[in-house]
Amino acid sequence: MQSVLRQYVVDCEDAEPEQALNLPGSPFTVSAAARPASVRRLWLDTFDWRLYRSGLTLEQTSARGATDLVLTGRDGAVIAADRLSPPLVKWPGRLDVLPLGPLRDQLAPVVGVRALLPVARAVSSVRENRVLNVDDKIVARIAVDRMSVTFPEPRSLPPRVAVTPLRGYQQQAAQVAAVLAAVPGVSEGSQSALEAALAAAGRRPGDYSSKISIRLAPRMPASAALATVCTALLDTLEANVDGTLRDLDTEFLHDLRIAVRRSRSALKLAGDALPDGVAKRFAPEFKWLSDLTTPTRDLDVYLLGFPGMAAGLVAATADELEPFHDHLRRSRAAAQRQLARGLRSARFGRFRKEWRQALAAAGAARTRPSAGRLAASRIGRAHRRVIRDGGAITATSPPESLHELRKRCKELRYLLELFGSLYDPGELWRAVRDLKALQDCLGEFQDTQVQQDELRAFAAQMMAEGGTPAATLLAMGEIAAGLAARQHRARSEFAGRFRDFAGPASQGRIQALIGTAAA
Amino acid sequence: MKTFATYNIKGGVGKTATAVNLSYLAARDGYRVLLWDLDPQGAASFLFRIRPRVKGGGKALIRGTRPIDDTIKATDFDNLDLLPSDFTYRNLDLVLDSARKPARRLGSLLAPLDAEYDVIFLDCPPGISLLSESVLHAADTLLVPLIPTTLSVRTLDQLTEFIGGFDGSRPTILAFFSMIDRRKRLHIQIAEQLPAQRDDVAAAAVPALSVIEQMSVRRAPVTAFAPRSAAARCYGELWQEARERGKLPAPPSAAW
Repeated sequence: MQSVLRQYVVDCEDAEPEQALNLPGSPFTVSAAARPASVRRLWLDTFDWRLYRSGLTLEQTSARGATDLVLTGRDGAVIAADRLSPPLVKWPGRLDVLPLGPLRDQLAPVVGVRALLPVARAVSSVRENRVLNVDDKIVARIAVDRMSVTFPEPRSLPPRVAVTPLRGYQQQAAQVAAVLAAVPGVSEGSQSALEAALAAAGRRPGDYSSKISIRLAPRMPASAALATVCTALLDTLEANVDGTLRDLDTEFLHDLRIAVRRSRSALKLAGDALPDGVAKRFAPEFKWLSDLTTPTRDLDVYLLGFPGMAAGLVAATADELEPFHDHLRRSRAAAQRQLARGLRSARFGRFRKEWRQALAAAGAARTRPSAGRLAASRIGRAHRRVIRDGGAITATSPPESLHELRKRCKELRYLLELFGSLYDPGELWRAVRDLKALQDCLGEFQDTQVQQDELRAFAAQMMAEGGTPAATLLAMGEIAAGLAARQHRARSEFAGRFRDFAGPASQGRIQALIGTAAA
Repeated sequence: MKTFATYNIKGGVGKTATAVNLSYLAARDGYRVLLWDLDPQGAASFLFRIRPRVKGGGKALIRGTRPIDDTIKATDFDNLDLLPSDFTYRNLDLVLDSARKPARRLGSLLAPLDAEYDVIFLDCPPGISLLSESVLHAADTLLVPLIPTTLSVRTLDQLTEFIGGFDGSRPTILAFFSMIDRRKRLHIQIAEQLPAQRDDVAAAAVPALSVIEQMSVRRAPVTAFAPRSAAARCYGELWQEARERGKLPAPPSAAW
């Protein structure tokens, strides 16, 4: 299929710019389809716009009783498509609602565990025109699309005109496009139909990201900088509440928890820059939120990793793990109900309102020091702690010392991310890369420890409930042994990873980073 | 990708009408189809309203100095593209003669199109030449239109013998009767008897019908402008047989 050559927007609802091609002297004639086709359109993407960010558009079109799901690339060319047969897919939904085939295969690596959500809906009345040359051969098609957006905000859009060449007729199609471009009221339209539908509601694709996307200035007051960061984190937290409550996919809760953890760290490590009492007042609320969300997330991690665990069994079979899988699913459902109660509670509503008010007040405060100085001092301190605590760890140190070091590393990482916009992106990336390599090792060490502890707790619960086959417990034992082996590997890699992190090159990068913002 | 070629040593037996209609039917079934009009007369190109012109001529295509991709033109029908004719194709024998492995050259030119097309039709000029030999090597299925006469049957035998001498893979031959004149007893007799006696002659046949001649006036396949005509029905039956004989799998895009 050929991609669209040119796209125009017409400022008059009833205009027919394609008729310019029928004027005397034109080497082309235009022949219109008998009547416009009515198409119901629905665009889908993940909450964090994974398709859009990968240059993909997924559109469901319904016309004449048939519903198609079409994946296109940046140039509008079709990559994969599927005809959906009844019962039609209900959105939002995860990828497994789609039939197996090339479309699902193309989407899987991009979408991952996320659900596909409707991001815009519209009804289009599309009139197809064929452009003929002197041999009455079609050389291009002109589609005039009169689109009415129904979601996110009802709005009629100006007609959109797209010129698509037939293969081998690009030159003639370019002439056709030039004729259209010269018609009064016709202007070049660079937006895709999805972008236009969202723009009508004042939105744009890609307007959500779990990353902190704010710009701080080194000289701004530290309190204002911290309030800006925490407000952005509160926005992220709130954006993920609905998806968490509706349990659309596991990433809503994950992003919500990250926003909570970053906020907690900001209060702990730099909360003194906020007006008196603010950090002390809200820290317990973040602790409550963190505790509220932990059980569901832990079970999500288990369930997401379950296929991998089952596939890794050597002595036991995947079937023998099924009672454990059922136990995890039941526990997760109970944890989710508990979580939903918390997120619907008056306490959570009050917290959101009061935290936002406190941040607005803090943003207006004109206190010293500057954001640059605050960031430099706190990152410097956190870095020194990591070097000190990590350097004290020997081959005989207890696991707790590595757990503590992991917390220090997380604090440093969060500080680098919270104040990241103060620094050169390249230097910041290199500093985070050094730290991440160490964090990965510590994370593997502690996660495998926690999972072993949990596995024992699950086994005890299942035994207490009764009816668990011995084969299931043996299979769980095999998983525990695998986790212990991974933990042992991580422990043996630690010394080398820490040596790299504490080396002069890595240290120099952190010092240079701190220096730039402080200056 | 499966390659079908319409071939006969004689001219005016319905090769182009068959290539044009069968390629249209294949595209309508959902296959991605390319028709290469190898005849310098350019009749297939004319019927699809495409100018018989290839930049650099046949020499550039055969020598590979002009990518085939750049020369392909879309017809007015979905899934159906055409590689147009060019008057320089009259010299293709000479160009092939100077190429390495001339009898295999067409096949190697078409190989890169495997990902893009499911079916390729080659519409050959009449005659026995290096070009036709290259076509016979490139084709998986050879569609041979025959006027129902004793001489035509003899020609089919000669062709079968010639292909039997090929090293390696040989195309499947599917002959069929074309331009049957219902007023001629001999035509009817041969067209009825031979398919029952020979495996390589199709049961489907295409009579001489004026609606087929209308193709040159309408400049479109009869299967497109008169889909319910007797001619369209005959081509439909022939396509069914060719599809089965050519072991063509179901179209990949049938679901969409």
